[in-house]
Amino acid sequence: MDITKYTIKQISVFSENKPGRLAAIAGALQDEGINILAFSIAEANGFGVVRALVDLPEAAYKKLNAMGFMVSFTDVIAVKMRDVPGGLFEMASVLSEAEINIEYSYAYSGREAAVLILRVDRVDSAVEKILAHGGTLLSVDDFS
Amino acid sequence: METLKGEELHALQAKRLRWTVERAGNVPFYQKMLKEAGVRPEDIQTVDDVQKLPFTRKTDLQGGYPFGFMAVPMKEVVRIHTTSGTTGKPTVVGYTRQDLDNWSELIARNLTMIGLTDEDIFQNAVNYGLFTGGLGFHYGAEKLGMTVIPSATGNTRRQIEMIDDFGVTALHCTPSYAMHIAEVAEQIGTTLPTLKTGIFGAEPWSANMRKVLEEKLRLTSYDSYGMSEMYGPGAAFECPERNGLHIWHDMYLAEIIDPKTEEVLGPGERGELVVTPLMKEAMPLLRYRTGDITMFLEEDCPCGRGMKIARLHGRSDDMLVIRGINVFPSQIEHILRSVPEVGDEFLVYVDRVNHLDEMTIEVEINRNAFRGELEDLTRAQNKVVGALREALNLRTRVKLVEPDSLPRYEGKAKRVIDRRGDEL
Amino acid sequence: MIAWDPNIELMPEAELKRMQFKLLKILVYRLYSFSNFYHNRMVEHGVHPDDITCLEDVVKLPFMVKSDLRDGYPDKIFTAEPEELVRYHVSSGTTGKPTVVGYTKHDLDMWTESLARALTSCGLGRGDVVQVAYGYGLFTGGLGLHYGAERIGATVVPASVGNTERQIELMQDLRVTAICCTPSYLAHIGETATKMGISIKDDTHLKTAILGAEPWSDQMRERIEEELGIKAYNIYGTSELSGPMFTDCSEQAGFHMWGDIALVEIIDPETGLSVPDGERGEMVVTILQKEALPIVRYRTGDITSIDRTPCECGRTHPRIARLSGRVDDMLIIRGINVFPSQVEHALLGIPEVSGNFMIEVYRVGALDQMLVKVELNPGAFSDKINDILDIRRKVGHTLKNMLNVSVDVEIREPGSLPRFEGKAKRVIDRRVL
Repeated sequence: MDITKYTIKQISVFSENKPGRLAAIAGALQDEGINILAFSIAEANGFGVVRALVDLPEAAYKKLNAMGFMVSFTDVIAVKMRDVPGGLFEMASVLSEAEINIEYSYAYSGREAAVLILRVDRVDSAVEKILAHGGTLLSVDDFS
Repeated sequence: METLKGEELHALQAKRLRWTVERAGNVPFYQKMLKEAGVRPEDIQTVDDVQKLPFTRKTDLQGGYPFGFMAVPMKEVVRIHTTSGTTGKPTVVGYTRQDLDNWSELIARNLTMIGLTDEDIFQNAVNYGLFTGGLGFHYGAEKLGMTVIPSATGNTRRQIEMIDDFGVTALHCTPSYAMHIAEVAEQIGTTLPTLKTGIFGAEPWSANMRKVLEEKLRLTSYDSYGMSEMYGPGAAFECPERNGLHIWHDMYLAEIIDPKTEEVLGPGERGELVVTPLMKEAMPLLRYRTGDITMFLEEDCPCGRGMKIARLHGRSDDMLVIRGINVFPSQIEHILRSVPEVGDEFLVYVDRVNHLDEMTIEVEINRNAFRGELEDLTRAQNKVVGALREALNLRTRVKLVEPDSLPRYEGKAKRVIDRRGDEL
Repeated sequence: MIAWDPNIELMPEAELKRMQFKLLKILVYRLYSFSNFYHNRMVEHGVHPDDITCLEDVVKLPFMVKSDLRDGYPDKIFTAEPEELVRYHVSSGTTGKPTVVGYTKHDLDMWTESLARALTSCGLGRGDVVQVAYGYGLFTGGLGLHYGAERIGATVVPASVGNTERQIELMQDLRVTAICCTPSYLAHIGETATKMGISIKDDTHLKTAILGAEPWSDQMRERIEEELGIKAYNIYGTSELSGPMFTDCSEQAGFHMWGDIALVEIIDPETGLSVPDGERGEMVVTILQKEALPIVRYRTGDITSIDRTPCECGRTHPRIARLSGRVDDMLIIRGINVFPSQVEHALLGIPEVSGNFMIEVYRVGALDQMLVKVELNPGAFSDKINDILDIRRKVGHTLKNMLNVSVDVEIREPGSLPRFEGKAKRVIDRRVL
């Protein structure tokens, strides 16, 4: 099984907590014709980290880096959620049983179903467990 | 001593100056300096002969680190204090038993001058330890027989509780901390009725701040001046006239010079204070350039005591005084170098928030240290705060900013933006 | 052997006992006549100064406990006139109000004298450079050792606590020969020095450490002595007694409690009766020459034993063994006494959290770390992480102000911490000494 196929590259961008920073990031990606598929902001003391899944991560990285932003890649996984009650519970239980810790997560509604983006402490095991349990993971190809 | 004048004073000063030059001869640095200047102790006949001597700078003291300036064997040194240097290494000051005694006498003299006695209860709310403000006043107040509460700094509510519960009559702290105490007391709802005397020093404060402090705390406040190189606090002090500070002429020979041309200035002319202590045993200093800007006041004080200097407001170098602690921008640079997660570029903002000095330092995150995790950044931020607190003994605010976002300088960097101006 | 005051320190035991009895007698008469607190206590207890006819009669006197000092806050138990007081020290009480100790000039003098004898018995003197790395200020450790070291003519470096790298630099550059601090802080200094590429053993002049204010073990002493190439001496004293006062002598076999200063008993904490010499029990101390705040049969809460056999060093004063525990739930964190009741008291004043809490104590490297877990009140919940962080900061700040110790705070979900029906066990101490 090719686990790397399911390891999605999220871009994380350091941003000071002041007006105009998000617009600068989004504008730059628009200029390059890069599509943002999912997106979240985490806040801390005076600064934050903008996290995003884009269709062209390398291009986004290059562009933002050239603009002086601090950017890095983070490996995450994207789980397609069944649109029924208990969908999230099922998924969370699988990870919990395997003692895999979810460090953070955010979601977006995809074309067919909701997609949950997860940052976990052990990506490989998470991929294995979710697939073994019959879950659906989006692959790198789904994002390009 | 306090009211000595004219011929008599000059004779005493000249005698002590000659004695000091003699003792300085035990220090290799001064031996060389006096030889080069062609001055022997016997050349010192009058007070004005001090002008034959070359200046001593803070950097000279740092060059002698640690014991290069001691004029007595180490076993006669009973105390060591250190003060922040301009970079990593501190300046070391040594004291003999006689020095400690002179210093305590001096503080006791100051406290007596403003009417304090053995019946007063004295709360000493400044840092103890290597900083001379704490132990200096502690010993002086003890010598006078006051009840000393060595409360040091921090825990403002407890400080207020102690003032009330112990019936404290005199408080010593920095003016900005006094302001903070006043505000917290107001919140708690106590008027601190027993307080009648405030001794504030170690940082500049304005006439306006004095007015506010005296109104809020309902006390009479006095300005204190000194520095470790001159034993510590107490070298100059306000008398009840509260119009300028008497710089104690029997223990210090003071001059005011133009910091650029080094020309000696007369009364009424503002310049840098240069001091030659006249009674220091362990560590004599000749014409020490304090870096503090002031002037001699022209008029005699109605109290009859000697020469006065104006209250201090500025520095001739880039030293900052934050909550009574001396900080050189070069120290901050030095500290940031030890934290690999951030760059060396920085910008310091100094503000007064609720009358307390707040130092905010903007530092650039190091591109290579960023892995995309919020946690790493928070950790880096805490690490910088911790390193600054450890080294400067100050709590600072640290703001992480994007790489290359801070200004770069070709010539002299301007890394400090002091916004306290209006409130000082 | 060099003694600071040979006349007292080497005094024959019988003579010392006679001296103690005389001092006790004077003390009891003075308190009966001039102290409301002690007068009432003695009357309630049915004892009159005339009943004290020999040294052993001390057991007829009532005990004094820490809460007596709290109830006497701030100066109800003082027997000196206000103008005679020259110093106050303040230490943590069991709840909100601290314990206050007042001193006359004579009290400071006896305290300093006690330490001058003690430091001399550890081999320190005029040629030494002593780094005092206890906290200065209201805590008695810093100023106490400062005055003691100054009296014996050593060069005192009042380093106080914190800034470990600077402490090591000073130690090296100022050719420090002796340090006074907590044992865990010295271990931390050793570790930090190693990280800086400095060997305390080879690169400094340090040869003596005076360690105390927290429990430690003989194994720890051996480890410190070997790793740092020094001699480590134990020091004892609490602010109620004046401050740190007694140390091991060069024999390192228990600390001499100077008989002209302190009268020591060891009792069974349950029955209050004396236990035989050599047996463990709670130490009870009477300070024989204290003017401002007299201390008679004070229950220290410390568990130890007494040894009255002659010491190799020639000093005739009894020795107390290394402390082996506490009678109560007091914790000692980085040299500071902490009572769980103080934490409870502090949390009551913070509406954002419940009064339910757990304390975990552990060591990171050599340093004590205290973690307080508190439950968030549902009403205080916010979806902004920074709001929750602010609550955490507030709790941390309040606890630091109350305890004078920095603590880590963990915000937990409501109802997630254990509830206790009977006696709450809120402390988990994972430290290995």
